[in-house]
Amino acid sequence: MAAPRIIVVGGGLAGLAAVIKIAEAGGTVDLFSIVPVKRSHSVCAQGGINAAKNLKGEGDTTAQHFDDTIYGGDFLANQTPVKAMCEAAPAIIDLLDRMGVPFNRTPEGLLDFRRFGGTLYHRTAFAGATTGQQLLYALDEQVRRHESDGKVKKYEGWEFLSAILDSKGVARGITALDLRTMELRSFPADAIILATGGIGAIFGKSTNSVVCTGSAQSAIFQQGAYYANGEFIQVHPTAIPGEDKLRLMSESARGEGGRVWVPRAPGDQRPIKQIPESERFYFLEEWFPKYGNLVPRDVATRAIHRVVYELGLGIDGQPMVYLDLTHIDRATLDHKLEGILEIYEKFVGDDPRDVPMKIFPGMHYTMGGLWVDFNQMTNIPGIFAAGECEYQYHGANRLGANSLVSCIFGGFRSGPNALQYAKSLSAPEGDGGAAAELARQSEINAKLLKNEGAENPFKLWRELGQTTTEHATVIRYNKGLKQADEKIVELLDRYKKINLSDRSQWANTSFAFARQLKNMLELSRTVVLGALLRDESRGAHYKPDFPDRNDEQFLKTTKASFTGSREGPRIEYEEVDTQYIKPRPRRYDATK
Amino acid sequence: MANKTVQIEIKRQASPDAPAVWESFELPWRPGMNVVSAMMEIAANPVTADGRATTPITYDSNCLEEICGSCAMRINGKARMACSALVDNLEQPIRVEPLSKFPLVRDLQVDRSVLFENLMRVKAWVPVDGTYDLGSGPRVFPQQQEANYPLSNCISCCCCMDVCPQFNEDTGFVGAATIAQVKLFNNHPTGKVFKEDRLRALAGDGGIQECGFAQNCVDTCPKQIPLTDAISDVSREVLIQKAKDWLRG
Repeated sequence: MAAPRIIVVGGGLAGLAAVIKIAEAGGTVDLFSIVPVKRSHSVCAQGGINAAKNLKGEGDTTAQHFDDTIYGGDFLANQTPVKAMCEAAPAIIDLLDRMGVPFNRTPEGLLDFRRFGGTLYHRTAFAGATTGQQLLYALDEQVRRHESDGKVKKYEGWEFLSAILDSKGVARGITALDLRTMELRSFPADAIILATGGIGAIFGKSTNSVVCTGSAQSAIFQQGAYYANGEFIQVHPTAIPGEDKLRLMSESARGEGGRVWVPRAPGDQRPIKQIPESERFYFLEEWFPKYGNLVPRDVATRAIHRVVYELGLGIDGQPMVYLDLTHIDRATLDHKLEGILEIYEKFVGDDPRDVPMKIFPGMHYTMGGLWVDFNQMTNIPGIFAAGECEYQYHGANRLGANSLVSCIFGGFRSGPNALQYAKSLSAPEGDGGAAAELARQSEINAKLLKNEGAENPFKLWRELGQTTTEHATVIRYNKGLKQADEKIVELLDRYKKINLSDRSQWANTSFAFARQLKNMLELSRTVVLGALLRDESRGAHYKPDFPDRNDEQFLKTTKASFTGSREGPRIEYEEVDTQYIKPRPRRYDATK
Repeated sequence: MANKTVQIEIKRQASPDAPAVWESFELPWRPGMNVVSAMMEIAANPVTADGRATTPITYDSNCLEEICGSCAMRINGKARMACSALVDNLEQPIRVEPLSKFPLVRDLQVDRSVLFENLMRVKAWVPVDGTYDLGSGPRVFPQQQEANYPLSNCISCCCCMDVCPQFNEDTGFVGAATIAQVKLFNNHPTGKVFKEDRLRALAGDGGIQECGFAQNCVDTCPKQIPLTDAISDVSREVLIQKAKDWLRG
C-alpha cells in the first residue's frame, strides 16, 4: 500500500514537533499554517520550559513535577498523560539543547534553571525571556531540514476550513482556503493532526496572537468532535493593557524576584520612590507567605482582582497594580529578562529597571480544548490534536512553563500515533467524501460573499469580546453567564446579516475573518455554558456563589458536543483518572 | 477640547497588477495607540477621511509584541514593525507603505518567502542525529551563550533586507539576516559540522561579497542584532574557505 499521508494543521511548537517525529519515522507530511510557521504564536512564550532536571541540588524529581502539575490544576487533569509528560520532560530539554536552543547557562556550562509559579523548585529552563521564540526556531529549523529532504511540504498562508469525513465518520482529509488566491481546495489524508493553538480572540483582547481564534477547533467541534473543559480559561495575572491587545509580562519577572504591590493608602499620590516599604502592601507575600509572588496564576489573578475591586487599592484608582523589579540590579535583569523588559519599554515608554511596571490580569490560555484520548486522538477517527488546542495536560489551571513542554510532548506523541493509525486504515470508498465537503464549504463561501446586511464582522467581534471578558473570565456568576450566552445567540443571529465591505477574491482578510468569527461564536458557547453548569470553584473557574471545590459532583471532565440547536451545545461529564494522586484540598497559603 | 484624531495615509494596491493609490483616514485617537490598532479601527469602520466607503487594509500581523516578525512595513519612510510604532511618537499624517523590495501581494502585504529559502540554502539548522533521548547536549559556557543569543533573536522581519542598497534583483544578494544565521550555526558545537557548506553557499553570486557596507541593516534592525559584525566575521571566514578550496584544487 502507498505510504500514509499525514496532514498537520498548525506550525507552532506542537505542530512542528509532530512533523519532526513523522518525518523522522520516514513518513511525509503536508503542513498547513495561516502564517509562515516561524511566526506562530509559540514565539510569544517568554519565561521558560519545565523539567525536573534537578541541577540545583534541591532533590527535584519528575514525581514532584507531576504532583505540582496535578495539584496546580486542582486535580481535574487525567493523571496518566500528565505523569508521562513530566517523566518525558527532562529528555525533551536535552533534545532542545542539542538542537541549539541558546538556553541560559551556569558558570560550569550547564543549563540554568529558574523558579516559576506553583512550585518550590528551580525547574524552569530558559533562554533569556524569549524561550518560546527560541524553542520554536529550533523546531522550525529541524522542519526546514526535513523540508529540504522532501519529507515535508508546507502550505503557509492556507487556512483550515473543515475535515473531510467519509460515510462512516472517518477523517479522510481536509478542506482549506488559500488566503492569497482565495482558492478553496480539498486535500486527502489518512490522518490529521490539529495543532491550532489557543482561542484568545474569543475574548476580544488577550495575550494571544491574532491567529489564535480557535476557528479550526470549532470547525471540527461542529463536525462532531467533543470539546472538553472549555470553561477553564487562564487569566494571566500580569499583562500590560493595550489598545490592540494585552501584552504578556512573563511570570519569570516574579521568578527572578519581582514583587507585586500597591500603596496601602487608596489613591496615594506620592511619587513611587517616596512610598516607604511599610506603606506598601505586598499582598501576595502577606496572604501567601510560603509561595509569595509565585502562587499559581489563578490565585494571583484573583488576589489582584480583590485588591483592585474589593479593597479599592488600584494605582490611582485604576485597575492596575505594580510589578516591581527595581530592587534587582540591572545586569541581572538584562541577562535574564531583557526580552520582556524591552516589550514594556517599547510599548509603555517607561524603563522597568527604574520604574515599577503597571500591570493587570489578561486572558492568556485555555486549559480546555478538543477532547482527546491518551493517544491524542479526538473522538473523530483519524483526527488527532496536540498543544493548546486540546485539553489534556493542565486540568483546571496551567502552571507557568508547563505549556511549552505540553506542546512538544503532545506533538511528539501525536505524530507517531497518527502514523500508526494511518498505516492500519483501509482505503476510502470513492473520494472519501471530499466532493461533498468541498461543495458544502463552497456554498458557505458563496453565501458569505453575497450576503446583504448591515453588520460589520469586526464590530460583532468586539461585542463578543466584551461579553466573554465581562462574564466568563476571573469571576463568574450564573446570571452573568446566562446573559453572555443570550448575547452570543444574538450575535449569531446578527451574523446572518453580515455584510463584507470587501467582496474581492484576492487576499481578502475580511472574508477570512468572517469565517473565523462564526466559529468563534459557536465555540464561545462551550466556554460560557460549561461555566454556567459547573456550580463549584476549581482552579481558574471561580464562582463566588459556589466558592468551594465540589469533588463529589464536579471532579469530572466537561464534554461539550455541538447540536446546532438554539439551546447550544450538549454538556456531559466524564470521570477523571486520579489513580496516582488522591485529590486533596489545594491551598497555597500553607505547605501542600 | 475637540475629540483628538489621528491622520493616517495608507498606500493601497488591490493586487500586484493594480495601480497604487493613497487613501487618507481620520481616526479617533486613543492612548497607547499603535499603527496596527489604527488598521483594526479601519477594519471596523472602513471609511476614508472624505467619507468614502472602502475596504479593510490587507496586512500581515500576528503577535503584536514585535517577536513574530509579521507586521514589517514602511512607516513615515522607515522600515519597521507596525505593532511597536506608537502613534504618539510619529509625525502626522502617518504615511504607511508596504516594504519596497519584496513582491507585493495586496496593500501592505508582501511576500518575504525568499528569506526562508535562503535559510534553507545555508542549512540554518543543527543536524541532530535524531529526536530520541541521547542525553545532554554539549556544554556551552555563559560567554558563548551570550554571544549567540542575540543572533538567535532574529525575527525574520526582513527590514534589514528592505533597507539594503545591495538587496535587489541585479545582485541577488542574500541579505544580512541570513548571514547572521550562518554565524550563529557555525558557532554552535554541533552546527559547525556544516560550516564549510554554509561558507561556500555564501561565496558565489549573490553571496556575502555583494555587501557594500552601507550599514543600513544594523541601524534598522528592530532587535539590534549585530549584523555588520556578523557580516565582517563571516566575510573573513568565506575568504579563508575560498583560499582553502583553491589550494585543495
